[in-house]
This record gives sequence, C-alpha cells and structure tokens, in this order.
Amino acid sequence: MRCLSTEKTMRITIDADSLRILIRDKSVRVLDIRKEEDYKQNHIPEAANLPLASLLADDSPQKVLQLTQSFGIDDETPVVVYDDTFGALASRVAWTLQYIGHDDVSLLDITYGTWKKMGLETSTDQVSYNKKTHSLKLKPEILATADYLESAKEKKDTILIDNRERLNYLDNHIPGAINIPYRMLASQDNILQPKEDLKKLIQNRNILSNGEMITYCGSVGTLSGLGYYALKTIGMKNVKLYVRSFKEWKSLEKPTESQRDAHYWDLSAE
Amino acid sequence: MSKTSLSQSKPNNLPKPKINWSKIEEAEKFAETVKLYRQGKINHDDFRRFRLQHGAYGSRMTDNYSMVRIKIPAGEIYPEQLDKIAQLSEAYSIGSAHVSTRQNIQLHWVILEDVSEIIRGLAEVGLTSREACGNTVRNVMCSPLAGVCPNEIFDPTPFALAVAKFLLRNPLNQALPRKFKINFTCCENHGMARIADIGLIPQKVEKDGKIQQGFKIFLGGGLGAQSFVAHQLEEFTPEEDLVYTTIAVLRIFDRMGNRENMARNRMRYLVNEMGWGKFQTLVLKERAIVRATQSVIVKLEIDKAPEALNKITISSETPSLPSGFARWTKSNTVKQKQNGYSTVFLTLESGDVTANQLRAIAQIAREFSAEGRVRNGFTQDIVFRWVRDDNLPGLYSKLLEVGLANPGALTMASVVGCSGTTSCNLAITNSHRLAKEIQRKFLELKLDMDEDLRDSSIKISGCPNSCGQHEIATIGFYGGGGRMGKNMYPLYLMSLGGRADEQAMLGLMCMKIPAKRVIPVILKVIEIFKSEKKTGETLNSWVHRVISGYGGPNIKSIKDIKQILEPTVVAPAIEVDKDFYADYGSDGGFHAKTGKGECAA
Repeated sequence: MRCLSTEKTMRITIDADSLRILIRDKSVRVLDIRKEEDYKQNHIPEAANLPLASLLADDSPQKVLQLTQSFGIDDETPVVVYDDTFGALASRVAWTLQYIGHDDVSLLDITYGTWKKMGLETSTDQVSYNKKTHSLKLKPEILATADYLESAKEKKDTILIDNRERLNYLDNHIPGAINIPYRMLASQDNILQPKEDLKKLIQNRNILSNGEMITYCGSVGTLSGLGYYALKTIGMKNVKLYVRSFKEWKSLEKPTESQRDAHYWDLSAE
Repeated sequence: MSKTSLSQSKPNNLPKPKINWSKIEEAEKFAETVKLYRQGKINHDDFRRFRLQHGAYGSRMTDNYSMVRIKIPAGEIYPEQLDKIAQLSEAYSIGSAHVSTRQNIQLHWVILEDVSEIIRGLAEVGLTSREACGNTVRNVMCSPLAGVCPNEIFDPTPFALAVAKFLLRNPLNQALPRKFKINFTCCENHGMARIADIGLIPQKVEKDGKIQQGFKIFLGGGLGAQSFVAHQLEEFTPEEDLVYTTIAVLRIFDRMGNRENMARNRMRYLVNEMGWGKFQTLVLKERAIVRATQSVIVKLEIDKAPEALNKITISSETPSLPSGFARWTKSNTVKQKQNGYSTVFLTLESGDVTANQLRAIAQIAREFSAEGRVRNGFTQDIVFRWVRDDNLPGLYSKLLEVGLANPGALTMASVVGCSGTTSCNLAITNSHRLAKEIQRKFLELKLDMDEDLRDSSIKISGCPNSCGQHEIATIGFYGGGGRMGKNMYPLYLMSLGGRADEQAMLGLMCMKIPAKRVIPVILKVIEIFKSEKKTGETLNSWVHRVISGYGGPNIKSIKDIKQILEPTVVAPAIEVDKDFYADYGSDGGFHAKTGKGECAA
C-alpha cells in the first residue's frame, strides 16, 4: 500500500511556475530533449541537453542507465523533461527513465516555444553534472513488444491505440487498433489537455478505465509516448507503450488493416 | 519623432463574430445520442436523421466516420473561427479542411464518437454544423462580392444573414421532403440565383415617387440527376415580403413535396410536375395568408448598421515587387466599387486547405483586410475583401510564404471538383484529384493568362449528382465507369456550354471521356476553339455559338467536336496501357462500387 501512495504523489506534468521554484531551489534535474544546436542557442536555465537521437542511438537499459547517471541523476533525483515537439520527444525520454526504474520524472506541461512566448527566463550556459549512481529496476509492465501484442490480441479488454495522424491510420494500422491522433491530446497552450477534457474524449469513445491499454505510433514511440502519458494523467492504471511501434510491426511483416476503396489522401492539401 | 514606428501591425479592436450560430447543448446531446445508438437503443434510421440534422454526413464505405459540414452563413468567417477550424482539423480530422461550393467548410474522416467535440469546439467561436445536411434549409449563401461588387444595386449580406438566423433551428424547416437551398447574389453575374430552390438578386424600383428596395426572386432551380433553371416569381419583391415569401415557399414544399420518391423530392420536381404557372399562383396565395396571419409577429432582424472598417496600419512599402505578382494580380483580384480597395481570391486546389494555411489566412485577414475577416466563395475558394490596393504586393508575399499564391483563381484554371471517391459514398470516380490535376496542368501551361479562356469554367462531379456543379460549367464532367472486355476503367461524361448567369442554361451532353484522357481532351477542345474563333470571341462564347447552331467555319455543331475527339478517347488494351484502367490516386482495380446516398435520409 505504501508503494501505491508514493506513486500517487508523482506528477505526470509540471507547470512552469512549479518548475521555476524547483530550479531556484536546485532540487531538480531538467533535461532538454531538443537538438544540440537548438539547445546551444538558449534553453531553460540549468537544463542539460539530451537530444532524443542520442538516446535512440542505443536505448538498451544498460546504456540508458549510463546516460542517466552521467546527468547526475540518482534514484531520488526529481527529473523534468521538455522539448519543442508537442511534448512527444520528452514523453519518450520520460517513459524510458520510468522503464529503467526512475519514477520521479515529469513532463513540463508546455513546450519550450510556449515557455519563450510567455517571456520566461532562458539561459545559454552549458551545464554539466557530476556522475551519480542509479539502480536498475526494469518495469516490464509498461512495455509492449510485437510478441506481446500478438498474445494480447486474444484478450477482450486490451485496447490498442494508434496515435498517428488520421490519414496514416486510415492508410494502414495494426488490426483492431483505434485511432487517437496525438493532436487530440493537446490544448491550445499545454501539451496535454486538462484531465477532465481528456476523460471526456476517452468516455466518448466508450473506453473503460479498467482495461489494458497499449499505445503505438509510426516509428520510435514518441507520439505514442505522449499518448501513454495522456492515459496516465486520467488515471488509467494498466498502460503500455509499444515502443518499437508500427515501423517494427511492418518490418516483421505482421498483418495490417486499412480503410479501403476511398482516396482519402487526395483530400489533403499537402 | 512620431510614435508610429511603435504602432502595432495587428489592429487591437478586431471585429468579433456578429451572430452566434451555435448552441453548446447540442454537443452533449450528440455525444449522448451516439452512445445510445452504439448501445442499440436508437435504431439506425433515426440515428442517421439525427446525425444529418447536426451536420454529420456518413463517409465512403463506412458509418464509423463522418464528414462534419460547418455552415458559414453568407460565407462570412472571422479569424478566430478559422483558427478554431484549423485546430479541430488537426485534432479530429485529416489536418486539412475542405471549402465547399456552398460556403461550407468540411472536416472529413472524423470518428463518429468525436463529432460532439467538433460541435463543442465550434460553439466556442459561435459556429455550427446544425442543419448543414439532412432535409432542412442548408447554408444560406451570399455572393462573396456582396457589398463590394461594382454592379450590385445594394448589399444583400444583411438579408442573407437575417434569413439564415430566422430559419436556423426553426421548426418550419426541420423535416422537409428534402434539402432546400437559398442563394443570395450581389448582381446577375456573380452568383447562382437561378440554380437554387430560392435565389435572390437585389433590385430597386421607383414606386409612387419613392425608391423601394427589394429582390428578384427565383424559385425551383437546382442541379442534380435532373436539373432545372429557376423561374422568376414576380417583377419585384419588396424587402418586407422577403420573409413571407420564404415561409410561403417552404410551407408549400413541406405540404406538397414528394415524400415517397427520394429521387424526385427536391422542390424543382414539384415545380416541374405542377407547372410553373400553378406553382406561382400557389406561392402568391400562400404568401398573402402568411402575411395576413404572421406579419405582426414574424419579422427579420436585419442589421443594417454600416460596417466599421479597421485602420490598416501596415506599411505599404515593398522594396521590390515579388515575382509572379503581375500574373497573380490579373487573375486573382477584383477592384471594388470602393475606390482604392481590392478583393483578393485565393486559388485552392479543389477547395483543400491545410490547418497551417487556415491559420495564415486568419492572420492575413487581421493584417490586411479592413473588415478583418474573410468570406468563402462559390467555387471552393476563400476571399479577402477590403484590401488596400497598395497593400496587394505585401499580401501576395505573405501568400507566397504559405503556398497560397497560385494564380488563376478567377480563370478557367480554377477547377471545381467535388469530394468524389476521397470520401463520398455515392462517388464513382476521383473527381477531386482530377480537378487538382487539371488545375496544375493549366497553371503549368500558363492558361490562366489566356484572355480567351478567362470567362470559361471547368467543373467536375464524381457521379451524376451535381455536387461539383458540372452542369453550369463551360466544360463539365461527371464520373462513371466504362468497360473494355472484362476490365473496367473510370470515365467522365463531358457536357459543354453550361452557365449560371442571366442566360443560365445547363450544359449539353457531349460524349464519354476516359478519366486519363480528360486533360488531353480539354486541351484539344481549346485547340479547336483557337482555330475556329472569331475576333474577340472567348471559349465560352464560341461554345455557345456552336451549340446554338451558329457554328463555323469548320465546326458546325457538337457532333463535329465529338468527331475530332473520337480518336483520343479510344480505350487501349490493358496490356498496352495499364494506367488507363486506374483512376487518379490508385494503381489499378477500378470498380464502380458505391454506397448508399445520405442526402435523402
């Protein structure tokens, strides 16, 4: 029971003012998930740069653990991540940290672009941290693999969610998946809509909160990472990320499904 | 030093939408009803009627997706509304929106369960999809040039808005025999008064030494599997009678329209079967009753307050004229009756526009339009009005940045194509894509610059139902299927000589053209015209000369055109040309499979 109560205190998102207090108190590690050149121009004060590509180059637990430690993060360090890509890249990093057993990680609830638009402080200082030790406690219950998906197919209460844009979904998707495009999750200013609004969207779709949910997207689990956290914020307990997503599914030549007999692509103005 | 350098380029007091068309409760109601339907507590037909009443159409081959049709009454839309539609299209649709020929903006491939959230989002900015589909009075249209047209007698916009407001959610129009369309135009040339159930053109007459304002009212027109040009009700209808005439016509249609035969239940069939004389008498009698019984209570709320124009504070200095500006100005702008101002038409491809482009359009309207909003037009386009002439280069530069600076908007290069097989259940061919392909070809060949083609048009429907308005096009096409041995291929039936102006007439059927031969055939027709034309003759006037029997020297009739085109339309063997058998947007396997139409539900 105690374990549950600590989980409750974890915040999935953090607002700008709360983060600024943590930064002032030097009681947080902030990770900027943008590209190095963007980071160098300016970033949130005290933030370290972890471009998503560096994480994806090798996201094996061992490697991620090393990376985490190199940023001076130990088991107790609160971490806040942000990006300028709808919060999707930050979500992928947050999920990865949680997967290796780091629970205290939150998403900044706005993008860096919004942070700047709000006129909040930025810095150009490069930051470095002393290496710390972090334990490795894998959480397989938040990860879905292709094999797992195959086995979950038979389960009635598993819902598979495709977070890609509508046209991609119509074109081709994992059989049985429903589509919740990542753009549905954000509000005008925040990377995720208020809890109540997200709940309404999910309820409209008649999705019950007690089942198992698996999110996926096009290739590396970013948009679906955001999808993962959207479901977590509304209190879904059993959520998994199919982190290798549709790219792997296709390369394994697993079955797919598409909306046929309609030329929907030709409706796009792009 | 003056402070002008600090002045904002964005005016602070932008106009807010004048009329709130929405009703927020309808969002919740829709969500609840979808749930009841999914639980089997509402039957399919009742649900469909409800869904259509709220502006959600079914999608091609599936009931799980909807097309949400947002009504833009009189075509007037404000920047914040465009921003909202952009956001909704990204969240719930395909990231693009579609501007229709009836001043709606459509969001396609929306999951049925999400429609309520679109209704909710629209309500935040005062828009609605209510009565955009179904057997109701659809969006009330008004010429995009109303108020700025050099030929107009007065601005009909306040009347269009008042009629739309009067009818929206009015019990009078909730269960008509069939859909009902009302079009206001500014003048004879800019609009579609003669192809609507009720069409109106402003008019003034002198009566007892006093100038009276009113309309020419046309009844019983419309395009479809069988099309009719409307009849004028009377010489002059004073503005006071506008509402009573509308009510009278709706009541007659409601009472006497055909509710049995779905294919013949538009009002134009009633008029045709009854005969115009009889119908006219009925309307005038009914109006007398309506006027006598309701004139005390029923009045239109017409907002005739003059428009306050924004002061545009952007600098009109452009260091150099952007390239392509002259060509664009010639084919996309119209001088307003107000000195120093122009109206700018955007060339969209088949009416499609991305979310980001919608946001850019909203921003440009804020910056460049003195009325601080835009209109959508009759040809799947978007229109900025009240742009200062000296700001045109600046506006053009902004359009260039977002890929909206294509020329050709007011020329034959601006091709209309209905949604076709991209989303419509009834479509046989991909008319939507074909329209885009023709437009690209025209712009590539710079045919938008050709004065001879300027007053001609190309319009394409994906089936015989005329959503693409092919029958009023100089060259019109509607989709079908052809067969060569055991293989099917997409084709179009080409008609020539349609028009919607004072001499409105429907195009004459010419011949079948395989989809992949449509472009060569159009170019061939232009070539024939060039060799036949008399001095000063345009394609449009030449086609009319030919179909009226005054052709020559070589082309005497449509038959002669057909003969020249015959070799172009021969179907090759599938082994020789596989592409011939595939529609645009697919690799092959053309079939004429369609679903059930919904407009009649």
